Amino acid sequence: MAEKEIEEKVYKSIIKTIKDVPLEEYYTSGHRTCQGCESALVMRFLAKAAGPRTIVIGATGCMYVANTTYYTTSWVVPWVHTQLGGSGAAALGTAAALRALMRKGKIKQEPINVIAFCGDLGCADMGLSGVSNAMTYDYNLLIILYDNESSANTDIQETSMTPYGAQTSFSRPGKARRIMKRRWKKNVVPIIIAGHRNVKYAATMTPAYPLDAINKIRKALTIGGPTFIHSLDPCPKGWDYDPKFSHELGVLAVETGIWPLYEYVNGEIIYNEPTKSIVEGRMKRKPVKEYLEKQGRFSHFTEEDIEYVQRMVDEMYEEWEIPGVMPIKSINVKISDK
Amino acid sequence: MTEVKKIVEKEVLMNGTQAVAYAAMYADVDVVAAYPIRPYTEVMDTISKLIADGELDAEFIVAEGEHGQFETVKHASLVGARTLVGSSGVGWLYAMEAIVVTATDRAPVVAIIGNRALDDPGAYGVEHNDALMVRDVGWLLAWVDTAQEAFDTTLIAYRVAEDQRVLLPVGISMDGGFLTHSEQIVRLPPKEIVKDFLPPYNRGKYLVHPDNPITVAPQVNEDWVMEIRRQHEEAMERARVVISEAYESFKKVFGRYPGSTGDIKMPENPFVEPFMIDDAEVVLIGMGTVSKPMKVAIKNMRKQGYKVGMLRIRWFRPFPTQDVIRYLSNARVVCVIDRDYSMGSPNRGGVVYHEIRSSLYDLDQRPKVLNFIGGLGGREITIQDVEKIIKIGYEHRDTPITKPVYWVGVRGDPW
Repeated sequence: MAEKEIEEKVYKSIIKTIKDVPLEEYYTSGHRTCQGCESALVMRFLAKAAGPRTIVIGATGCMYVANTTYYTTSWVVPWVHTQLGGSGAAALGTAAALRALMRKGKIKQEPINVIAFCGDLGCADMGLSGVSNAMTYDYNLLIILYDNESSANTDIQETSMTPYGAQTSFSRPGKARRIMKRRWKKNVVPIIIAGHRNVKYAATMTPAYPLDAINKIRKALTIGGPTFIHSLDPCPKGWDYDPKFSHELGVLAVETGIWPLYEYVNGEIIYNEPTKSIVEGRMKRKPVKEYLEKQGRFSHFTEEDIEYVQRMVDEMYEEWEIPGVMPIKSINVKISDK
Repeated sequence: MTEVKKIVEKEVLMNGTQAVAYAAMYADVDVVAAYPIRPYTEVMDTISKLIADGELDAEFIVAEGEHGQFETVKHASLVGARTLVGSSGVGWLYAMEAIVVTATDRAPVVAIIGNRALDDPGAYGVEHNDALMVRDVGWLLAWVDTAQEAFDTTLIAYRVAEDQRVLLPVGISMDGGFLTHSEQIVRLPPKEIVKDFLPPYNRGKYLVHPDNPITVAPQVNEDWVMEIRRQHEEAMERARVVISEAYESFKKVFGRYPGSTGDIKMPENPFVEPFMIDDAEVVLIGMGTVSKPMKVAIKNMRKQGYKVGMLRIRWFRPFPTQDVIRYLSNARVVCVIDRDYSMGSPNRGGVVYHEIRSSLYDLDQRPKVLNFIGGLGGREITIQDVEKIIKIGYEHRDTPITKPVYWVGVRGDPW
C-alpha cells in the first residue's frame, strides 16, 4: 500500500471522542481479575479497538490465569494461550500461518488482527528475545506489554519492570538494606524502536487515558507490520493502595512525568495527553512524591529516596535529547572538535 | 493383501535430512520454523532452497531460539497451517516447554529430531536421549533407519498427526551423522498422487479463526486436568489404528510398503522391523541405524550356526507392546542395544531395555533380557561389537543372568 493510503487509513481508524467508541464488547464478563485491575481494562480496550476479526494470544501471567478460567472465558474473539516467553513467537506463527493460508487459497482473504499480550516477565524479561524477533519480520501483528510492575500472578515478585525501590516479595526492605530493588526499570519502547527499523508504530499508554489507549491500539493495527505498545497498569494488589485509586494513579504517573505518554510513528516521536504539555513547557510536572506516597510499596521510602527518584525523573525531561524517551544526553556530530 | 498399483518413481541420491525436506515439500507445508543446530539443520537448509526455487510455497520463519521455533509452529498449526520444525540435542531440550504444550494443545506439528548427544561435553554425534526426553508427554515418536524411510515416514506423520482421531504431534528421530549426513538412493513418487494419500489439514471445530471463536488452553486447575490427560492418552492409543491404516493406504497409493525401495522389501509392519526372527533363540533389539551392523552380524553369525534375529523398533510411541510380545515370546534371550542411558534406573539400564522388559513382564514364559549401552556421542557400534553381543546373548541361553547391563567398548571396562 502506498504511504499516503496507509496514512489515510490510520487517520480514519482514529476515534474522535469517547462517545464514538463502539459499544460492542469482545472481552466481557467471566473473568475474575481484582477490583481496580487496570490490566483488565487493557484487555477490554484491545478487544474493543480491534473488533471481531481478531485473534488474541495471551502469554502466561495474571491476564491468563484470571481471564480464561475453563468454562467462563471472558473472550468473545478467539483466544489462545502461549507460554510465558512465547508471545513473540506465537504472534509470528499465527500471522505467518494466516498469510500462507490466505495466499494459498486455503482460507478466505481478509484482514485478521493478530494481537499478543504479555506481562513483565513474558515481554520484558523471559520473552524479550521472542518479542524482538517478531519485530524484525514484516507480518501484521501487535504485541502489548501490560506492565503492572511485578510478577503479579505469583504474589508480587520483582521483575525488571519493578520501579526503583519498590517493595515486592523478592525485594522487601530489611534492617540492613532499605532498598533491595536497586535496578532502574527497563525502558522497553526505546529498545523496540531503536533496534527494529521496520517497526512503524510503537507507543506507551495507560488505561487512565482510555481514548488515547484505544486509538493507539487502532493505529498500531492499521499501520501494518509489527507494532508494539507498552501499557503501565496500576495494580492495587502489587502497588498496595485502595482499588478506587487505580485511575488516579495512572493519571499521576503521567502528570509526575514518571510515565510519559508518547507514540513513535514512522520515525517521529509524538507526545500525547499531559506529556505533550509537559514537554512543550505548558504544564509543570507534579512532584513524584504525590505518586509515590499513595502506594504502600514505597512506604519505606525516606525523603532521600524520594529525592533520588525525583532527580532521575527530572533528568528524563531536562537532560535527555528526546525527553522521556531515550536516555541519550547529547549528540556530538562535530568529531573534529575533539 | 491390497492390490498394488504400478507407479513410476524417481530415484534420487539424498541424505536423511534432505529426504525429510522433500517429503515436507510434497506435503505442501505452509509454515516452517528454523533454528540452526547440528545435525538436523540440513532439513531447513534444504527447505529454504526449495522455497527460494519456487518448489514450495511456505512461510519460512527463522526463530530466536528453539523455544520460539516450537511456539511458532504450534500457533501456526492451531490456525490451520501444516508445519515443519525440528532440532537436535540441547536445542530440542531448550524448546522443551513449547514441545510439551504442542502435544497438550493437540497441534499436529511434525518435528525432525536429528539425534545428538546432550551437552556437556560437546559432541555432534548420535545419542537418543534428546528425543526420549519427550517419551512421556504425548508425542508420537518414530525412529527411522534409511533416507527412504525418512521420506515415507514424514508423509505418514502428517497423515497420522492430522487425523481428527489423533491430533497429536509426531517426532521423527534419525541418527545424527549416520542418517542425517549419509546419502542413499531415495525413491520419490510422482508429486501429484500425494493428495490421494494425504488429505488437506482440517482442524474442524478446533480451528482458531474469527469464524470459530474458541478459547484454547484456558486455566483449568484441578477441575479438569485429569480428564484432559485421559483424552490425550486415548488419542495416543487411537493412533495405533491410524498408523496401521496410513501404512496400508501408503502402499495402495504409492505401490510399495513404507520404507521399501526397489530391492529392499520392508516387512509389512508399521511398528517393528523383524529380521530373521522366526526361529531365533537370541533376538537383538535396537532403534535407528544400528540395524545396519546388526543385520550384517546376524548374517555372519547365522553362517556359524547361531540362531539369531533382530527386531527394530520403528515407532517408540505408541510403543509396539503386542508386536514385542508376539516376536519375542519364543526367544530365549533378548539383547537390547540402547543408544541412550537412564542414569540410576533399575539395573542401571537404558530406556529401550526397560520398555522391552516391561512389555514382557506379564508373559508366563519370558525370555531373559540383556542390555547393551553403546554408540553414545556418535561412536560407531561395529559389526564385531554386535557379534560379541550375540555371543554373550547365546551364552545366557542356559545360564542365569549375573550382569544384566553391559557398556559396549567403554575404555577401562572390559566386557
